[in-house]
Amino acid sequence: MRKISILERIRLLGRSGIDVIAALGKSTIFLLRVLFGRGGLGNSGELLVKQLYSVGVLSLVIIVVSGIFIGMVLALQGYNILKDYGSEQAVGQMVALTLLRELGPVVTALLFAGRAGSALTAEIGNMKSTEQLSSLSMIGVDPLKYIIAPRLWAGFISLPLLTGIFCVVGIWGGAVVAIDWLGIYEGSYWSNMQNSVSFHEDVLNGLIKSLVFAWVVTWIAVFQGYDCEPTSEGISRATTRTVVYASLAVLGLDFILTALMFGDY
Amino acid sequence: MRIRTLEIGVGLFLLAGVLALLLLALRVSGLTVDASKDTYKLYAHFDNIAGLTVRAKVTMAGVTIGKVTAIDLDRDTYTGRVTMEIDSSVNNLPSDSTASILTAGLLGEKYIGISVGGEDEVLKDGSTIHDTQSALVLEDLIGKFLMNSVNNKESN
Repeated sequence: MRKISILERIRLLGRSGIDVIAALGKSTIFLLRVLFGRGGLGNSGELLVKQLYSVGVLSLVIIVVSGIFIGMVLALQGYNILKDYGSEQAVGQMVALTLLRELGPVVTALLFAGRAGSALTAEIGNMKSTEQLSSLSMIGVDPLKYIIAPRLWAGFISLPLLTGIFCVVGIWGGAVVAIDWLGIYEGSYWSNMQNSVSFHEDVLNGLIKSLVFAWVVTWIAVFQGYDCEPTSEGISRATTRTVVYASLAVLGLDFILTALMFGDY
Repeated sequence: MRIRTLEIGVGLFLLAGVLALLLLALRVSGLTVDASKDTYKLYAHFDNIAGLTVRAKVTMAGVTIGKVTAIDLDRDTYTGRVTMEIDSSVNNLPSDSTASILTAGLLGEKYIGISVGGEDEVLKDGSTIHDTQSALVLEDLIGKFLMNSVNNKESN
């Protein structure tokens, strides 16, 4: 193996830094071209409906099932801790606040990245490797408008709605465990929750979080698909990258958003 | 036919999502649509409001009849001034009613309990409850208890 000199190492380091910045710029230009590029399509509504179905409706099952279980686990765990302080009535408030502020947006975004994001990348990557994208532009149809834009918008619309459904189902799952199983009085479960959850502080902030996550996850997914190496190995690597980058971005952004929203006490 | 079922599926999904957000707003956060519910304002001055927060409930005989809308310091008397909004259906509170800051459970949240007085005159919009009882501060109580036991030992 060839020995790499120190100078060469420094050169490689600089190059990888420039590569990262170039990729960032490339993906931003890509996003802007998708959103504001010229060329309207007559049937873009139909395309959007199709993508909403595959991105949103087909993700419903995993979102609903995991929402129920997470709500149930939260109620059980919270009950066991709150019981020590004699305030097990507050379990409803705990479940609702945890879901609305943190777990709802974050877990939904992570599941969405795994379920829908990877599928988007693989689909677009496969279109690229079979040269469907280049044949589209050959016949004068902009693939950014025809293929990418509907998927981006579908992801952006679906994720906040899925987050809402996740939270509702989770709170219901928590109610089932707390009221029917642990024997907490139904009235105090709901009234404690309503007294402590505020619409602006908790519901709206959770919604803002999920809107941000929706942009980031879908953007990463479609860009990785569009940018991938057009080979089967390249597609598999791009799909992996989508899930890894999207998950890391969601968790990192969540910290920043939480610090901005709830940090100023 | 295929595209039709697709559209129905997406429509149902959007409907479910919007419904979920609505449910979160109304059922979970208790956002009331009828915000213009008829209320009137009462004030009360407390020596110590320790732990009372805005949106805390105001009760009478355990029934919620209003909520706390503002808490600020009265610069003249150095007391905490609490503004309450009471349902206008409860418009027959005697003017010598007492307001006290109570705690729900040992560690629960603070709320205001109003005990009824005996006067014929009633509290109107903007009037002040003069007879108040401040929040129970656990540290003060423990301090008094310790002082008492020290005094007892000295006298023995």
